[in-house]
Amino acid sequence: MDLNYSADEAAFREEVRAWLGANLAPDLKDKVASYAHLSKDDLLRWHRILAAKGWVAPAWPREWGGTGWNVVQRYIFEEELGYAGAPPLIPFGLAMCAAVLLRFGTEAQKRRFLPRIYQGEDFWCQGYSEPGSGSDLASLKTKAQRAGEHYVVNGQKIWTTLAHYADWIFCLVRTDPNVERRQEGISFLLIDMKTPGITVRPLILMDGAHDVNEVFFDDVKVPAENLVHEEGKGWTVAKYLLGYERMNTGRIGESRRQLATLKEYASSAMQDSRFRDRLSRLEIELMALEITNLRFLDRMRRTGQPPGADVSMLKIKGTEIQQGLTELMFQATDPAASDAFSEAVRRKYLSMRKTTIYAGSNEIQRNIIAKMTLGL
Amino acid sequence: MNFDYNEEQQLLSDSVRRFLGKDYDFEARRKIVASDAGWSPAAWKTFAELGLTGLPFASEHGGFGGGAVDLMGVMEAFGEALVVEPYLPTLMGGLAVARSPLAGSILPGVVEGKTKLAFAHAEKGARYDLAAVTTRARKAGEDWTIEGEKAAVIGAPMADKLVLSARTGDGVALFVTENLNCKAYRTLDEMRACDLVFKGERAQRLEGGLALVEELADFAAALVCAEAVGAMKFACDATLEYLKTRRQFGVPIGTFQALQHRMVDMFIAQEQARSMACLACSKVDQTGERKERARAVSAAKIKIADSARHISQESVQLHGGMGMSEELKISHTFRRLTVMAGQFGDADHHLARFAAF
Repeated sequence: MDLNYSADEAAFREEVRAWLGANLAPDLKDKVASYAHLSKDDLLRWHRILAAKGWVAPAWPREWGGTGWNVVQRYIFEEELGYAGAPPLIPFGLAMCAAVLLRFGTEAQKRRFLPRIYQGEDFWCQGYSEPGSGSDLASLKTKAQRAGEHYVVNGQKIWTTLAHYADWIFCLVRTDPNVERRQEGISFLLIDMKTPGITVRPLILMDGAHDVNEVFFDDVKVPAENLVHEEGKGWTVAKYLLGYERMNTGRIGESRRQLATLKEYASSAMQDSRFRDRLSRLEIELMALEITNLRFLDRMRRTGQPPGADVSMLKIKGTEIQQGLTELMFQATDPAASDAFSEAVRRKYLSMRKTTIYAGSNEIQRNIIAKMTLGL
Repeated sequence: MNFDYNEEQQLLSDSVRRFLGKDYDFEARRKIVASDAGWSPAAWKTFAELGLTGLPFASEHGGFGGGAVDLMGVMEAFGEALVVEPYLPTLMGGLAVARSPLAGSILPGVVEGKTKLAFAHAEKGARYDLAAVTTRARKAGEDWTIEGEKAAVIGAPMADKLVLSARTGDGVALFVTENLNCKAYRTLDEMRACDLVFKGERAQRLEGGLALVEELADFAAALVCAEAVGAMKFACDATLEYLKTRRQFGVPIGTFQALQHRMVDMFIAQEQARSMACLACSKVDQTGERKERARAVSAAKIKIADSARHISQESVQLHGGMGMSEELKISHTFRRLTVMAGQFGDADHHLARFAAF
């Protein structure tokens, strides 16, 4: 057992850190540090800086632009991005759609979409949740009926993050309503957001931000070539994607940065042992999560197996820690202060409540561990 | 970076588990606990044969020069089986002796399993403050004489020698002495302990003072973390098994989501605790730096204390009335985990220490 990074890994971290020091634009870094709104341009600018360096999609195969880094290097890279305060890389194209295309896409689909995702030319969003289908995703009702060389899509998606920025949406749709198991008859479709019949309506969340939307489909014609995998096999694709989502939700680098900010910001509150102890317990949860995450990576590296269902605990603990940090940050603000930063901290607290709900609520994650890992 | 035991560590851990599985199951342990002596000479003999009593000591004394990581698998297995023999006190006493010229006359006996030690440091009212030592030592020729009281000394009833701390003119120092007669009592977790009253007994001084006591306490705390992870594993495994087999309302109670989620939270707490035990054991082996070691050990001890409390309480609750019963190992695991949560400092103590560094 050796918890230290190897000399090579430490050198890799230094390389990443030095590059970020020189290439992370100060205005973007400031926006992240002050919890300011990031525009589509901000997100794309950072995406393209990384793409130009060749680091925007490390996990992809080399032939499509991947870096060939192992899981530990990728973890270090993500940790450094988060710790440096880089804008987030929006996962819908880079991590999710790409993972699906690489696993299930045709050669033509890969050639058509992957390079544009890499270069940040297409902005993607994810069409999963529907008004009646949240945690119970397989109950989704958005219909896609085959008509010659097209599918005709009717229905509604909800909570669609950044749909108002998106050029494309990947959707789970029902292609066959007459099935015995609801998980059958679902298909995975790629839809151009400019197609006639698509309406995007903002949903404003309690922090006042416009991040999520409703997306309406009214006789939207989608070319049949935009079907990924076989018709009716969309649930297989969705399940495959779930594992990817869960592995990347620990956000340890970002939480370490938040912790450092909090310690500095709350230096007077830290004199109160009750506050200090709450902060210490969070810091220790984060230390434990970091090691637990490394244990999972070590297992993946050693066995060559994909992450097991137990990685759901990274999502559960990671989001609990993120919420805990913003809650303490809120608590540390002067209740009499109304300056921009104090207000941003309070809005951040409101906003972070979503983390235990999105990407499979933490209750769904517990169901997954109960069933898949514990056999209950 | 890797989180595996090496081949030697794995082999050792496997043989310890094999022995405990065969000769130290819950029934066997019940008999040991019920016996007058409260420990098993046969088990101790096997520990020595397996090399456990020599694990952290230098080869010149017959030991293997191992560290906390080498001991992790053993401690986990001991935690799972709820071993009551005074293993940790013997290791602490031995490590206190190891840096003194007396090592050559004491450690070979420890390694061979002939000598058991106790580490007499705590005093009434000191709680977890390592510096709160009022026992006095006075120079008497080549030796010293000891006056004062030590409390709750685990393993003292069966110890062959005592290592103790006492205050001299120049601070806290460590001494070794023959064992005294004392009145043994059972601790909450079914170990045997004594309060010791010194009235001028002769003792020999060892090298090292309070800094060494702190180092030994950190080493022992890291081992307790590993031992607690073993006990947590048993509590989680047994509770999961119970959820799958216990039927109410015509179905296994593990089909109820309210219980599933609580079981998952126990499982996560166990994994987080294991991660911190790895950290603590690695750091006490690798760092000579006090602050780094103290922060890692205190952080681990806080997490282990919290997880021990969470898992032990939930394991009893999910077992229902059976969890309260003296007949089931789960209640004995509860008792052991409750004690381990406070051993070498409870969460509050380590929160203050973590913040101070």
